[in-house]
Amino acid sequence: MNLSILQYQFMQNAILAGLCGGITCSVVGVFVVTMHLSFIGVCIAHAAFAGALLGLWLGFNPLVGALLFSLTSAGIIGPMADRGELNPDTSIGIIFSLMLGLAFFFLGLMPGSRTEALNLFWGSILTVTQQDLIFLAVVTAIIVGLVVIFYKEIQAVICHRDIALAVGIPATIVFYGLLFSTGVTITASLRSIGGLLIYCLILNPAAAAYQLTYSLKRMLLIAVAFGVISCWAGLAASYFLDVPSGASIVITSSIIFGLATAFSPKRKVKGWQQIQLAG
Amino acid sequence: MVDNPIIKIKDAVVSYREDVALQGVSLEVSQGEFIGIIGPNGAGKTTLLTVINGLGKLVHGQAWVLGMPVNRRNGTRLRKRTGYVAQVENIDPRLPISVRETVMVGCYGRLGLLHRPTRAQWENVDKVLDIVGVAHLSQRPIGHLSGGEYQKAAIARALVQQPEIFLLDEPIASIDPQAQQEILSLIQLIHREYHTTTLFVTHDLGTLPPICQRVILMKEGKIWQQGSPESTLREEVLSQLYGTPTSVAADTASLCS
Repeated sequence: MNLSILQYQFMQNAILAGLCGGITCSVVGVFVVTMHLSFIGVCIAHAAFAGALLGLWLGFNPLVGALLFSLTSAGIIGPMADRGELNPDTSIGIIFSLMLGLAFFFLGLMPGSRTEALNLFWGSILTVTQQDLIFLAVVTAIIVGLVVIFYKEIQAVICHRDIALAVGIPATIVFYGLLFSTGVTITASLRSIGGLLIYCLILNPAAAAYQLTYSLKRMLLIAVAFGVISCWAGLAASYFLDVPSGASIVITSSIIFGLATAFSPKRKVKGWQQIQLAG
Repeated sequence: MVDNPIIKIKDAVVSYREDVALQGVSLEVSQGEFIGIIGPNGAGKTTLLTVINGLGKLVHGQAWVLGMPVNRRNGTRLRKRTGYVAQVENIDPRLPISVRETVMVGCYGRLGLLHRPTRAQWENVDKVLDIVGVAHLSQRPIGHLSGGEYQKAAIARALVQQPEIFLLDEPIASIDPQAQQEILSLIQLIHREYHTTTLFVTHDLGTLPPICQRVILMKEGKIWQQGSPESTLREEVLSQLYGTPTSVAADTASLCS
């Protein structure tokens, strides 16, 4: 196998982007999966995508638009779900469809060739710039740092948000912090993975790890390993087979999820529960 | 009126949009008292507890708990010193958190941000798990416990918090009779041992612990009547409270003896 490709800057950037993207998406994914926030995460991902397209249309940095939209949507969805004005699924569904509508609206208004916009759809880890990489690395360091520092508070909120609040933990701040972290992570990974595919990289490695362990710390480590493996395997597939990188990453992570589910020791628990219910 | 009340609520009004959950409730509780709060569903029992731990927002009136006025600023400080056990809930059986870790959550508020639990605190968690009788389940995922076991773990979590006030919101609802008796015994044991001021909410008369010193009857967001178990747990009073003929079961009658 010819590995001379590794000496090129673009490939080194891609490998590092895969490492950072794999780590940060998986860590955030663990919270999304354990707190059953999948739909909220999908909504934030689409908001980031719409914001990036607005940036491209109006001529400012798409990542700024993505960050703005994802954080705003997280800031709207959280209180809407908490206040119970509408069923959370309804309010999230409305924001989700609005964001998707805005994305296509901005895409439709964009003059000329839409190559860059389409790149945001699918992502391209092989064309990640130095600037994108630095942003992604900074976000990864911040997210991992925050998780290490506030691990016990995050664990308490995952366990039971109301109880965390009742014992004097600032559970609401922790919860919104997790939503904002999802928004920032999606923004930072947008160019490399793509707006339509990023969410799979958040969900799949964490959901796969969820099948394999009853320890939160171990789940974080397994999810990170799965995330990085998905990115690197997808990158390799993209390079050697000449297929789109974002799609390869997502397919790899989906295969890992399928295998983890098939061999999950927790399947016995599900069976046990069914027996209990039948009894 | 009680001397040096640990909880003092004056004319409290709490509303959830158009629904008024508490309507001008006033209450004083003295240190070490064990109070039973009963009433039909929607009477405002749980809302009263949320006023005490600072989670309920007063539209009108005032509350002082542990010498502090209850407001947004004091809420977190207050909750660190208040143990709260809610009804048994469905927990995802795949949740990657053990019983021991769940119980340790009780310490986290007092521990504060940026501090890790010490070995002594973990040892205390093990000790408390032993007291409540679930030490053998400490490494089990929290979602794998039965209703009774889960409530024992919840009581353990509240105990490691070393609370000055213990709020129990229907802690034995939806669990089997044997587990109910075990938990009631445990609650009474804890009260005798630690003399923690305890408010025990239930809508089921048969589940009031015999240790109860005062009973508060709530209806439609108001304190409808309060007094000793002997004066409140009478058939004519309870029938009026629930709006249907209500007999006093033998176990409830024992409270009055």
